[in-house]
Amino acid sequence: MSGKVITITSGKGGVGKSTTTANLALGLALAGKKVVAIDLDIGLRNLDMILGLENRIVYDVVNVVEKVCKVKQALIKDKRVDNLFLIAAAQTRDKSAVKPEQVIELTNELKKDFDYIILDSPAGIEGGFRNAMLPADEVIIVTTPEISAVRDADRVIGILEANDKKEMSLIINRINPTLVKKGDMMSKDDVLQVLNIPLIGVVPEDENIVSYTNIGEPSILHSDSPSGKAYKNITQRLLGKDVPFMEIVERKKGIIEAIISFFKE
Amino acid sequence: MFLDFFRRNKKSSAQKAKERLQIILAHERVSNKAPFLEDLRKDLIKVVAKYVDIDPKEIEVSLQRDNSIEVLEINIPIK
Repeated sequence: MSGKVITITSGKGGVGKSTTTANLALGLALAGKKVVAIDLDIGLRNLDMILGLENRIVYDVVNVVEKVCKVKQALIKDKRVDNLFLIAAAQTRDKSAVKPEQVIELTNELKKDFDYIILDSPAGIEGGFRNAMLPADEVIIVTTPEISAVRDADRVIGILEANDKKEMSLIINRINPTLVKKGDMMSKDDVLQVLNIPLIGVVPEDENIVSYTNIGEPSILHSDSPSGKAYKNITQRLLGKDVPFMEIVERKKGIIEAIISFFKE
Repeated sequence: MFLDFFRRNKKSSAQKAKERLQIILAHERVSNKAPFLEDLRKDLIKVVAKYVDIDPKEIEVSLQRDNSIEVLEINIPIK
């Protein structure tokens, strides 16, 4: 088996990298692939909580690269899906605890046993970013339709184009159809025109994500949720299937709501 | 209809965001690659000046991205 390394990055923090990582890792595992997600945001561990696996961590990624434990010992098995594993970030160290060569050595070893290795990159473009970029076969850039997130995404795209020549694709996260319709949020097409890289997914703003994160159950496990459907589509595209992009439109209003909003205009 | 009367001529904030981004990013994309462009410009002046009469100040080197194709544009007016 020779697995594929997919890195999830963004430039700006807080746009949904770890949420995306958790959902895509679960999605690929639910599709029958053997998947390991690695949290490389060392010092600011988060993916474990989003996946609801925080109580099972014994060893972390720093322990692995420092050969304190074997890779197998640091693989935390997901409680819902048999073929999903997590390697957690260290919480007591910082980004300098891991070097890019060490991550490459780790991913090369994991490639023998896994179909997909998903790396959750830290925000920013400093040291930790290189750790996540160099081993990647494919990079997914997550942005929201906000000016600062798009600008930072462009910076990341520029760095990747200049140095690594990686295969890149874009996820536009948290699209709010009401704001887009009012002209107060850039649309999918606006963002695409600015950034000019292939689109792999659009995710609608979904207030349920807050509660899904609260209980450690990513939205892809709630297949009726709008964001869950969006992540499922992205998973299918990663597997090479041609799935049309989701139409992100306003929820249909009831007659009372419609009358109220008519007078609000 | 009459609401449109108040709205016309007014650019939406999303449109403004897009325009601001396009302007600043066009600038940043070039300046992030500036070290290499500046060195290239200096080397070009040296080489071209050996063969033709040029004004070093007139040489323009720029990098543009257009639909995922990157174009290096070099303008050298000859005296």
